[in-house]
Amino acid sequence: MDGLWIPLALSLKVAAWATAIDVVLGVAVAWGLSRWRSSARELVDSILTLPLVLPPTVLGYYLLVLFGRRGVLGEWLDRIGIQLVFTWQGAVIASALVAFPLVQKAARTAFEAVDPQMESAARVLGLREMAVFFRVSLPLASRGIVAGALLAFARAMGEFGATLMIAGNLPGRTQTLSVAIYAAVQAGDDAGAGVMVAVTSVTCVAALLLAGWLAPKHAPRASA
Amino acid sequence: MAIVLPMTSTAFRHRLRIFGLVAFCLACGPVVAADLVVSAAASLTDGFRAVGVAYEKTRPGTHVVFNFAASDVLLRQVEQGAPVDVFASADEAAMDKAVVGKVVDASTRRDFASNALVLIVPMGTGQAITAPTDLATPAVKRVAYGDPASVPVGRYTKAALEAAKLWGVVSAKGVLAQNVRQSLDYVARGEVDAGFVFATDAVVAKGRVRVVATVPTPVPVRYPIASVAGSKQADEARAFRDFVLSAEGQGILARYGFGAP
Repeated sequence: MDGLWIPLALSLKVAAWATAIDVVLGVAVAWGLSRWRSSARELVDSILTLPLVLPPTVLGYYLLVLFGRRGVLGEWLDRIGIQLVFTWQGAVIASALVAFPLVQKAARTAFEAVDPQMESAARVLGLREMAVFFRVSLPLASRGIVAGALLAFARAMGEFGATLMIAGNLPGRTQTLSVAIYAAVQAGDDAGAGVMVAVTSVTCVAALLLAGWLAPKHAPRASA
Repeated sequence: MAIVLPMTSTAFRHRLRIFGLVAFCLACGPVVAADLVVSAAASLTDGFRAVGVAYEKTRPGTHVVFNFAASDVLLRQVEQGAPVDVFASADEAAMDKAVVGKVVDASTRRDFASNALVLIVPMGTGQAITAPTDLATPAVKRVAYGDPASVPVGRYTKAALEAAKLWGVVSAKGVLAQNVRQSLDYVARGEVDAGFVFATDAVVAKGRVRVVATVPTPVPVRYPIASVAGSKQADEARAFRDFVLSAEGQGILARYGFGAP
């Protein structure tokens, strides 16, 4: 079963890092968007949702053009010794990119559902803006954010197209579970593929169930 | 102030019907009389396309549809019932699997071409790689080759490197490609330090890769072709195979760098 544990460990590592990055970035962006009063707000939100609708291979191609050794950013990164193509860090970036909209949208909905009167009360009682965010807004929005994070985790676990393009298929280093399944099916190893498919399915279903259980059924209504 | 009238529901349903009709017409493609489906190894992409064009000229009314991928992948598709008429692989091992699985008509099997395994590097690379032994140096971090589990060029590479006692050190730096053309692409983009492809593939990316060595393989690189069992166009399939083996077919393949079988 050696062929199962290494890709599984790799998938979990990549998904965990990608989710962590997405939570930090997603919460920050969602907070900014929910408080930004501008007509360009929805346009920016749509652009940030693009990774959800673009085909993963298209995203992978953009990443390759950007971060490849002869790419726009990649050439510069290569000179300072950072390589993203064919590394697990590249896989993290690909997964973080595709899963980002899931956290951002969930977080934005959660922030917009926070009763502004609570935040006003906190300000009146003397808390600075940063403290209002960390001690009032964030805790009140946490259920929605965690639900979004679990969705992102499940998505990152299953990410294949973009990952294959930028991280490639290097057994032990970037061969995540999805890539291993693909390689096994191509090689005719149906038994191995079957086991890996079962493990991935169970993990993703568990994450989804947890997300559904955590997400509030009815968004708390802000008082008029 | 302009008054915008909302579309009435009748107008909407009318437009929806027109849209549906147009979409339906577009979805039904042109009806083709005789489509010959040929699944061929990725390295045959350019050569076989040219062969197909010439073949269609000799048999008006026939249309050849090509399906290029790694040989084992094509085999899996045929095993699962894909409607293929001709199967051409890049090594005997894939065709042997096809014969054992009874998915091809063994009596129609013939060798039709040969090729060579070459070691290539990205054009303009700063590294001095002149032979497979140079791949063992620490400066070489990544080497691309087809996945030996499903790609013939990967199998040839593994056999050649095992014979030269280099497989262990090279496979530790291995970047597995899904087919020979992906291996070529990795080298052409400079994402790897070196790669193994067929001589005919290196020509396709002429300005972007450089061939540094021809790698001897324990088993000669030979391509077999056969008709798929249960094909509804057995005669047409055999005719295509005969064309590939004919002087004209062989001449076309030779132009793309393939050798005699």
